Amino acid sequence: MNTIIIISVLPIVLLYLGLYKAQKALLPVTVIGLLAALGFAICQWTSKDTAEPLYTGMLLFNNFSVVFSSVTIISTILILLLSKGYFERISRHTAEYYAIILFSLTGIIVMVSFNNLVMLFIGIEIMSVSLYILAGIKKSDFASNEAALKYFLMGAFSTGFLLFGMALLYGSSGSFNIDTIREYVINHPHIDPMFYTGIALIIVGLCFKVGAAPFHFWTPDVYEGAPTLITAFMSTVVKTAGFAAFLRLFSACFQPLSDFWTPIILVITIITLFIGNITALYQQSFKRMLAFSSISHAGYLLFAIVSLGAASGNSVFVYATAYSIASIIAFGGLILVQQQGGSDNFESFNGLGKKNPFLAFVLTVAMLSLAGIPLTAGFIGKFFMFSGAVSRYHIGLVIIAVINAIISIFYYFRVIIAMYFRTDERAELTVPVYYKVVFALSALATILIGVYPDLIARFI
Amino acid sequence: MTVSILLFLPIVAAVITALLKNGIAKHAALFFSVAQLVIALIFLSKFVPDASTQFVIDVPWISSFGIYFSAGIDGISMILVLLTTVLVPLIILTTYQHQYKNEGAFYGLILFMQAGMLVVFTALDGFLFYVGWEAALIPIYFICALWGGENRIRITIKFFIYTFAGSLFMLVGIIYLYLQSPDKTFDIHNFYKMTLDVKHQSWIFWAFFLAFAIKMPLFPFHTWQPDTYTEAPSGGTMMLSGIMLKMGIYGAIRWMIPNAPLGFYHFQALAMILGVIGVVYASIIAFKQKDGKRLVAYSSIAHVGLIAAGIFAWNIAGVQGAMIQMLNHGINVVGMFFIWDIISRRLNTREIDQLGGIAKVAPKFAIGFLIILLGTVGLPLTNGFIGEFLLLKGVFDFSVLHYVNLVLAAVAGLTIIFGAVYMLRLYKNVMQGETNPLTATFADVSGTEKLTLCIICALVIVLGIYPQPILHISEAAVTQLVNQIGSKFTM
Repeated sequence: MNTIIIISVLPIVLLYLGLYKAQKALLPVTVIGLLAALGFAICQWTSKDTAEPLYTGMLLFNNFSVVFSSVTIISTILILLLSKGYFERISRHTAEYYAIILFSLTGIIVMVSFNNLVMLFIGIEIMSVSLYILAGIKKSDFASNEAALKYFLMGAFSTGFLLFGMALLYGSSGSFNIDTIREYVINHPHIDPMFYTGIALIIVGLCFKVGAAPFHFWTPDVYEGAPTLITAFMSTVVKTAGFAAFLRLFSACFQPLSDFWTPIILVITIITLFIGNITALYQQSFKRMLAFSSISHAGYLLFAIVSLGAASGNSVFVYATAYSIASIIAFGGLILVQQQGGSDNFESFNGLGKKNPFLAFVLTVAMLSLAGIPLTAGFIGKFFMFSGAVSRYHIGLVIIAVINAIISIFYYFRVIIAMYFRTDERAELTVPVYYKVVFALSALATILIGVYPDLIARFI
Repeated sequence: MTVSILLFLPIVAAVITALLKNGIAKHAALFFSVAQLVIALIFLSKFVPDASTQFVIDVPWISSFGIYFSAGIDGISMILVLLTTVLVPLIILTTYQHQYKNEGAFYGLILFMQAGMLVVFTALDGFLFYVGWEAALIPIYFICALWGGENRIRITIKFFIYTFAGSLFMLVGIIYLYLQSPDKTFDIHNFYKMTLDVKHQSWIFWAFFLAFAIKMPLFPFHTWQPDTYTEAPSGGTMMLSGIMLKMGIYGAIRWMIPNAPLGFYHFQALAMILGVIGVVYASIIAFKQKDGKRLVAYSSIAHVGLIAAGIFAWNIAGVQGAMIQMLNHGINVVGMFFIWDIISRRLNTREIDQLGGIAKVAPKFAIGFLIILLGTVGLPLTNGFIGEFLLLKGVFDFSVLHYVNLVLAAVAGLTIIFGAVYMLRLYKNVMQGETNPLTATFADVSGTEKLTLCIICALVIVLGIYPQPILHISEAAVTQLVNQIGSKFTM
């Protein structure tokens, strides 16, 4: 529980630091605080998974929560390390960036450890409200403002769906508590139609939050308009948390009713895969390509819900980890290219292989991982997802996913082709030390997980 | 002593080589690949040619999925391990005259690819097999795309997507087999024991068939091959044609047919017919080619078609013929591409029409070319003969459909005649006749070129005169596998 306390106190400390003009201390304090939170989270891990609900059943910090808190905290640390010097360029009030990102992280920790629908809602709202601000934090930038407004309007709308769904669940089961709802589902042979409506509305709300089609329309514009680092945060940490909450709710409460919601999620998955991949194919901007590819990755992550079972948690964890670290490299590379003269088009990566072999190499590892090529973490993630789906006899779905994996090669390899096989007159990019550390760690982790997935695959 | 040393040494070697500077890297690569060959020969000397799997390594890898790092060598694998470890140093030798930019990366990728292929040839675990399969693909993609010809970007991405698509379907097949296996492992021996019904086996058969047919390549999945072979740098072409396509053939013998015997039995005739169509089709196209390298690429499709037909006949003669022909085809095709590499490096052209009379100015080169060419054509007493003979016998013995075997064998037998026609015509146009201003300056082979040609020619002749030791290595393993799986056909 210390994790949540630390992460919610930390931003207040940071705001005070900002008030007293201690700009230099911001990053170290944040990182140390997050490491402490991470340490406390890991200490909660027990081999038998015997955690008890806390605060009159509001939160349950079990292994699932430990694992997902850890991966979101680690991703946040990596992203914040990339932010050295980044926020200063945008505005003078850097403390508020750190603080808002950490507030958002607080919401995320609540989302992955809720044991009551109210906590789920509060977690999602803490996270979302922070994100609305973050998306529009370039106050004088038109695209950033548009992103924030769009995100806020759509987000508020979807929150309505979510809340309405929860109310219907409450109406039929008489409780917000996860355990009570589960007992209601198991003990009642004839479930109230109101309950089913509630599930459907919750699916809509959650699919919006994780950016699954057809509720994805906000994603490309918001991702493009927001500052790149915030985009990185949204497409990795936030997405991971969204899926963790999705999975936690469905595996805890709705598993016996899978006949009802599996077809819905199945259709959503297929649409998401195709829309994400095919649209990504036509993008000229690397950043927009990443936005659409993140939609398609949401499709792969939905596999875990479609084939809900004991192994689903592990699959989401491995996939989300692989996807997050690869995306962090991709966004980091994009920031460097953008800052030093280039646009965010594929062409600005031309000839990078010659001038910056290290940067080109880590970006290649990231692209291979996102494309799901063996010996990278991305492949292990896809393998877990495919295995889960085949085990539930969703062979058709897997074949569609295979076709999509093939399509995705085209746009991921465009980056590799631009970097190595196209030549361009360009100056060497300077890669700051922080970036080098983050890139090296992420690339190493990608390959290590790809070669020996048991490193992380046995925690849930 | 386990096979792991053979699998991990090239990875270490690849990393070391990749970090070396131009000039040293190629020597290091040669040194490492010769060391690999020595290790393989030590394995060979300790190898007992019975049907058992030897030098086995078996350690848990991904525990939650029952995946083991499990590999070993039996007679069938031994031939392919030999093929890989003999050819890689030879291929590195053939590139000695080239000055590649960023040499360390080039040779590092070749060694990494060797590791991937050795994993494929020795894996006893489906997951490991798949990982090796893809691990061999990534380096060759980069080799072709970085050091290839003009159209390389478009052609290599086509090649990559084609083969990647095939292998993903295979992955689905492997996962399906795993989920059906009683104790939930990827162990190949478990897969062999399973008895699924015909419908499921048919699906598994097609999932594997796609991957292997694309890799070999088999008609009509061959469209990536001529372009890729032509555009790739010569070293890459040799890796592809000499070793990598054997991954497809080996996969068919080890993974496709035994894992889905009934599915295979159902489509056996169709598969054989595809193989034989490939023989005739590729031969006719080869006949019309103007670019020498492309001609060799098509002739390779023809040879592979025959090998595939021999395997799909699934009898001892056919599979044994495929085993020895894989080795010999590897040697010959590397030789042929080396010949064209020499010609195009000296004269900057591969157009057959522009050449002629080279034999007059370069007699040593002419002798080398002739020997390799005769091996390719399959003249008795060269290495190509025994394999083609056994393969045709295998096709002839295929007795499921009456008279079909006769037709198939007769049509497949055309490969020898066709091959002789286009190859000898090629030799006549390139080497004989009068020299023209271009070819008059052709310098004869010397140094490493001469050494490489000598080694290849020696292999062509020695294996042609006395193939028995090679046949003996795989005989017991092939016999057992063919009988064990063949007995399931009648169920």
